[in-house]
Amino acid sequence: MDLIIDYASGILLSLGGLFVFIGGVGALRMPDLYTRMHAASLTDTMGSVLIIVGVMLQAGASFAAVKLFAILIFLLFTGPTASNALASAAILSGHRPTEALPWRSERDT
Amino acid sequence: MTLLTGIALLTLAVVTALAIVHTKNLFVAVMLSGVFSLLMAANFLILDSPDVALTEAAVGAGISTVLFLAALSLSAEHERDFKPSRIGGLIVLVTIGVVIYATFEQPRLGDPSSPVQQHVAPWYLANTPPLIDVPNVVTAVLASFRGYDTLGEVFVVLTAGIGVLFLLSARPSKTAKAPTIPPPGPVEGLRHYLIPRVVGRLLIPFIFLFGLYVQFHGDFGPGGGFQAGAIIAAAVILYTLLEGEPQALRVVPVSFLKVLAVAGALLYSAVGVAGMLLGGNFLDYNVLSADPVAGQHLGILLVEVGVGVTVTGVLLSVFFAFATRGKM
Repeated sequence: MDLIIDYASGILLSLGGLFVFIGGVGALRMPDLYTRMHAASLTDTMGSVLIIVGVMLQAGASFAAVKLFAILIFLLFTGPTASNALASAAILSGHRPTEALPWRSERDT
Repeated sequence: MTLLTGIALLTLAVVTALAIVHTKNLFVAVMLSGVFSLLMAANFLILDSPDVALTEAAVGAGISTVLFLAALSLSAEHERDFKPSRIGGLIVLVTIGVVIYATFEQPRLGDPSSPVQQHVAPWYLANTPPLIDVPNVVTAVLASFRGYDTLGEVFVVLTAGIGVLFLLSARPSKTAKAPTIPPPGPVEGLRHYLIPRVVGRLLIPFIFLFGLYVQFHGDFGPGGGFQAGAIIAAAVILYTLLEGEPQALRVVPVSFLKVLAVAGALLYSAVGVAGMLLGGNFLDYNVLSADPVAGQHLGILLVEVGVGVTVTGVLLSVFFAFATRGKM
């Protein structure tokens, strides 16, 4: 049973790390602010959910798991809200999404 | 593993520091200094000092970023161009060299024979359980053994706050051109943003609750007055951002914040004087109760409340001084 939990949490943690990495790559590679935010918000949601659930499995049925759950709920509230506030601030300050289409490469523009 | 994580964090910290120096955009510099504080908080955490990490994260990455941004809103966004002088650069270079040379004499990290492990630390560790009986030795050292130092720190915070208020309350001279303030719109704060408002209102009570937990759980785990003060101030700042300064100032008027700032320092000193009146020394908590250990608990509790109240009052006074400057 312990082995299964260890493997499960290992898989969740690795997947979470992968999502954080993808979010980082996306934030660097995407063409404009909104697509970058879209990529970076992956870190907030998918990455943190997977990592915290992975750590919760390691914590077992303890008070630490309850605290981690509270942190998870907090992150799930604040992350998307911050993204939303950032996007509306960007719209208000005059940033318009560039129409960089996925099949259009840099040299066409 | 700790070593590798530490090296990675410190490398990132150095890169961030260089970026702060390099950038001309002050907004970017403020954001990067927040990142720097967060990196240092993680670094303190892997060095097993969660109390310091909590303070660094709450004050360094949280409140000071907000205060920097508030200061930035009163000035320009870009650094002024200046010609760096060669002599100044040379002095900086020599000083860095001397500092790096001095680090060679430092004991290695975690060396058991280094002075920090042998001087007073073993005494604190051995005597905290019988004398004070709180699990968190940091709190025992901070609030009881070194109570004088912490009293000094509280008064430093209070004095710094008074200084900032003096500087900011000076009215700009009539002849000087008034700073360009956007005309006040019909709505203050983020009232027109539905989602941040709803979520913010939902979270503020929990942030308060967490602040109180950090305040009163400081004897048992990481936390205490300094961290709790910063967290509660952050909750009020969030409320201000959501509802606008006029509404926030109706809830917590500036005069009330000034009373808070002074009352905390006064409470701390009063605990010390109470010890004297009951026949002990200044800041001697043993005499506060019939049982010396219970007296220590009571003294630490009151002193930490004093610290928290002063920190909240000073941080919020400074924040409102920045936020309302030029508007009133």
